[in-house]
Amino acid sequence: MTDRLTVDMIECDGHGVCAELVPELVDLDEWGYPIVADSAVPDHLRKHARRAVTLCPRLALRLTPSPR
Amino acid sequence: MSAPLITRFDGPRLLAGSTAGLAEHARRRGPFPAQAVPHLIDMVGAAGLRGRGGAWFPTGRKLAAVAENGRAAGGAHVIVNGAESEPAAGKDKLLLRTVPHLVLDGAELAALAVGAKEITVCVHRGAGLADGLRRLVAERAAAAWGSRLIVTVVEPPRWYVSSESTALAQFVEGGPGKPRSVSTYKSGVRGKPTLVSNVETLAHLATIARNGPEWFRRTGTGDAPGTALHTVSGAVRAPGVYELPTGATGWDILNAAGGQTAPLQAILVGGYGGNWVPADALALPFTPEALRQVDASPGAGVVFALPRGACGLAETARVASWLAAQNARQCGPCFNGLPAIADDLARLTWGRDQTAFDRLRFRLGVVDKRGACAHPDGVVKLVATALRVFAADVRAHLGGPGCPGLRHPGALPLPTPPDPSEGWR
Repeated sequence: MTDRLTVDMIECDGHGVCAELVPELVDLDEWGYPIVADSAVPDHLRKHARRAVTLCPRLALRLTPSPR
Repeated sequence: MSAPLITRFDGPRLLAGSTAGLAEHARRRGPFPAQAVPHLIDMVGAAGLRGRGGAWFPTGRKLAAVAENGRAAGGAHVIVNGAESEPAAGKDKLLLRTVPHLVLDGAELAALAVGAKEITVCVHRGAGLADGLRRLVAERAAAAWGSRLIVTVVEPPRWYVSSESTALAQFVEGGPGKPRSVSTYKSGVRGKPTLVSNVETLAHLATIARNGPEWFRRTGTGDAPGTALHTVSGAVRAPGVYELPTGATGWDILNAAGGQTAPLQAILVGGYGGNWVPADALALPFTPEALRQVDASPGAGVVFALPRGACGLAETARVASWLAAQNARQCGPCFNGLPAIADDLARLTWGRDQTAFDRLRFRLGVVDKRGACAHPDGVVKLVATALRVFAADVRAHLGGPGCPGLRHPGALPLPTPPDPSEGWR
């Protein structure tokens, strides 16, 4: 099962928690909004990715199944 | 490149004379084709109709998706998208004026086919269309014409992004005319799967229901059959809306508008969130397939001819600022990024600012595809293609003689945006 991290940009306020918890998958742009890796979340980062999803103050982050 | 197959063109199909009244409409087009409804989705699929609002997505597939989701959700909704907030476009307003009953037939047929009980027609605020359409809806009810579904007419705000499908759905249910994250196919008006379809697409659909898919395919290309409407402006003799078979080249389209009035340097194709292409792209058929070669799309049918002597960068800088100011203040990369991009471009264009140019190229990559809707992507496309097509002008601005268009007035129309005090309702 491969999941990707996605962000609901309307909900996101740019707190940046995700980039702190999984910097391997989330970068921040110059305004502090997340640039999320477009690739599948590797197994060794799944736990961190899930924590980022849970701890996002706006609940804007999701783990969604990759298309195919 | 192989020539497109235009098998035959018997003249315009939609713009074949004004039939604003129901009696004339019935005389010219025949009765409401209710008998087509059970097969309509297959007919539209077989006809190969693709959405004329800009995306050119297969309409049959869209209908099938909304019908299926609607069955699961216990109902669907249909929105007729005639909001046309694209300043250089006029085709939808023209269709709503000249063949409104054909558009309404298409909307009702689509609603019956997807199992929707309600239709909302969204028209451009201030275009003076809403009251006339409401009278026509009443005329149809009085004559027992059509589906007898509930049809309401509303005017979403004129903000550029308010004509986006999810923004229309949110406005129709009583909210602000701002985009949302969830596709209307899945959840549109009050959570119902919603078909949001362009005025021109629905008018074509009504002709397919009457004449069948083979008739529809008699003109146009195999990949995108039928005719398409183009709003042509800029350096042409007779700016206006023209209906041509798909597969018509850029030159065919300009010639329909009386031909060029000056040597041309570039064409803006699709709309303000569209693409600049060099003038030699006019030799291509203006279809999604052929224009892909120059990284463009016919979009909503806008064709603007920029004459030599005008400055493509200055035009783009003005439009980019106009678009940037019309974001919905929702997505950070959009409401921060678009004004930053517009500002960089203005500094490059009027300030000879090399740093701004470098920053601009970086920011275009950062902002692309980062909003809930495609508004930022459109601005990125417009600006990125301008930097490519007007590369010589970029050099002239940065180190050479400066702006070649200083004495040339701005050519692309920029309507006054809504006053912020109007809000989003």
